[in-house]
Amino acid sequence: MTSKTKTRTRTKTASSLSKEEHLRMYTQMVRIRTFEDNANQLYLAGKMQGLTHMYSGEEAVAVGICEALTDSDRITSTHRGHGHCVAKGANYKEMFCELLGKQEGYCRGKGGSMHIADQSHGNLGANAIVGGSMGIATGSALRAKLLGQDDVTVCFFGDGATAQGLLYEVMNMAALWKLPVIFACENNGYSEYTKTEEIAAGSITARAEAFGIEAFQIDGQDVLAVNELSKKLVARCRDGDGPFFLELMTYRYHGHHVGDINREYYRSKKEEADWKENRDPIIRFRSWLVEQGIAKEDEIEALNAQIKQDAKEAVAYAEAAAYPGLEEVDMHVYAETDPATLQAGK
Amino acid sequence: MREITLSQAVNEALAEEMRRDPTTFIIGEDVAEAGTPFKVLSGLVEEFGTSRVIDTPISEPGFVGIGVGAALTGARPIVDLMFGDFIYLVMDQLCNQAAKQHYMSGGKLSVPMVLRTNLGATRRSGAQHSQSLQALVAHIPGIKVALPSSAYEAKGLMKTAIRDNNPVVIIEDKLMYQDKAPVPEEEYLIPFGEANIKREGSDITLIGTSSMVQVAEAAAKILEAEGISAEVIDPRTIVPLDEDTLLKSVRKTSRAIVIDEGHQNYGITGEIASRLNEKAFYYLDAPVLRMGAMDVPVPFSPVLEDLTVPTPERVAENARRLCAGEMIHAA
Repeated sequence: MTSKTKTRTRTKTASSLSKEEHLRMYTQMVRIRTFEDNANQLYLAGKMQGLTHMYSGEEAVAVGICEALTDSDRITSTHRGHGHCVAKGANYKEMFCELLGKQEGYCRGKGGSMHIADQSHGNLGANAIVGGSMGIATGSALRAKLLGQDDVTVCFFGDGATAQGLLYEVMNMAALWKLPVIFACENNGYSEYTKTEEIAAGSITARAEAFGIEAFQIDGQDVLAVNELSKKLVARCRDGDGPFFLELMTYRYHGHHVGDINREYYRSKKEEADWKENRDPIIRFRSWLVEQGIAKEDEIEALNAQIKQDAKEAVAYAEAAAYPGLEEVDMHVYAETDPATLQAGK
Repeated sequence: MREITLSQAVNEALAEEMRRDPTTFIIGEDVAEAGTPFKVLSGLVEEFGTSRVIDTPISEPGFVGIGVGAALTGARPIVDLMFGDFIYLVMDQLCNQAAKQHYMSGGKLSVPMVLRTNLGATRRSGAQHSQSLQALVAHIPGIKVALPSSAYEAKGLMKTAIRDNNPVVIIEDKLMYQDKAPVPEEEYLIPFGEANIKREGSDITLIGTSSMVQVAEAAAKILEAEGISAEVIDPRTIVPLDEDTLLKSVRKTSRAIVIDEGHQNYGITGEIASRLNEKAFYYLDAPVLRMGAMDVPVPFSPVLEDLTVPTPERVAENARRLCAGEMIHAA
């Protein structure tokens, strides 16, 4: 980290949020964790096919940032995208349906875990190409600027994606054109099965700073710190002060994907236990809520129980839901164009 | 009717559509003051300003990706790729991102983006500035591909491309920018998926794309003098492809040659020939012949380069032999 990078840690007491806002952040983090626990079980039980990547452990990143956004703000997500989707406002039912390839899924079952998108809340979609959405996010921000719209786009990507050249192409243009985009690097310490230090030379934030982009390294396990900084940066983006770069230090509890079970060759169980026991974003925030007298234990337990129940019902619904009709296979390859707009004089 | 160059026709189409729709903009390398190396965009920045005619750094994947994101969220970008050969650089953004968004989202997202670029050898530009790579993009579901064969098509297809709600790759022949053709003053659009019968004939069908339409027409003239009547058809878009018009012609003539400037192996010519064989087999008196560019990197040396692309003489020779009932081994 260079001297220019601003490191942010929150002072433990100050927060200007209401009780409702605090509890919503807590709820959203637990909803992500609970979603992932259920998705993992579906996979392990052989009820879910294909590939999926768990977001557990990184909840404070998605929630801290997305709680600073409105529905008209856009995000682009990653292969590890369930957390962003939940945090941006998606419903369990449509999400589980999508994971199981059912017609009522957000993408009619055609996207699946790695392509889940929820346009209604501004989620432009997960992306199965590492770093593949960086251009899309920057283009969304260019559109906002060109059309005089005041929304902000957040581009989520992992530390592994910082090795893709596309990032440097679009950061250059975002900086040249002062676009309202926030590049949010979720540094979970691992690029698939390889330690970040083995794939990233120098400092990640310094790369953004080389383009004149203000960059911050922040504790990604502290939801309030992430939210507080995000709000400031979102507001500055709306004022034409963007782009910004965030490196959020976090941890991935599961393997690279659900099938990555035996992973001691690249990281120790001791390290995993340390993050889970001492730095878990949900445990930390829950203790803080209780310490501050914002919520009582039984209130929190009730919230947790409700979320578990919601997930259980959504999973049951999705399991029973219908697959798309077979006639869907070649639908939606091309978008329709209203023939009237293709007439001269229109 | 007035005649204008293909370059002017493209310029007019862009200007008209940009006046019509404030969400359209042009983005690419040296598109503004330079108006591209081929000067096709000259004057547009004066009318629309640098906010809608945007010069980028030399970052093809970056600005194509930006086009995809702008299109996904409500704008209609016209992305300018200086040479068709650079399509390789942007394959992920074009084929993994743009092409699949509508399908992957179950029809909720769409990418109304135009990628305009070029094709064509014999400009002595060497192997990396001379390729005709339409087959690469035509292979990918979700992308439409238009290949204008004259100024008239260049204007009408461009206007349709901009209004279409899908990613459209429109590839102009860079050797044709100064070629003039009659272009109406009044507004017109050319629908996608409607082939144009350039010349009617009864003995053989010559299906050409882009500048190969001119090659086919020149071949038809040579053949006419010999008493062979060739029908010349320009599909205008290869995705979607107007199969009906092609099939109807081949059922009438019972012979066909498909001519395209992309490499012959695994190319556009093979695809169209195959469809004709599958759907008009019992009408055919000879195998449908493919004539693409030679399957070699485009050589620099003029004497070698000229050998790599179909010419009217070679098309006429093959047509003559097909009509005489000779078997021809392609390539």
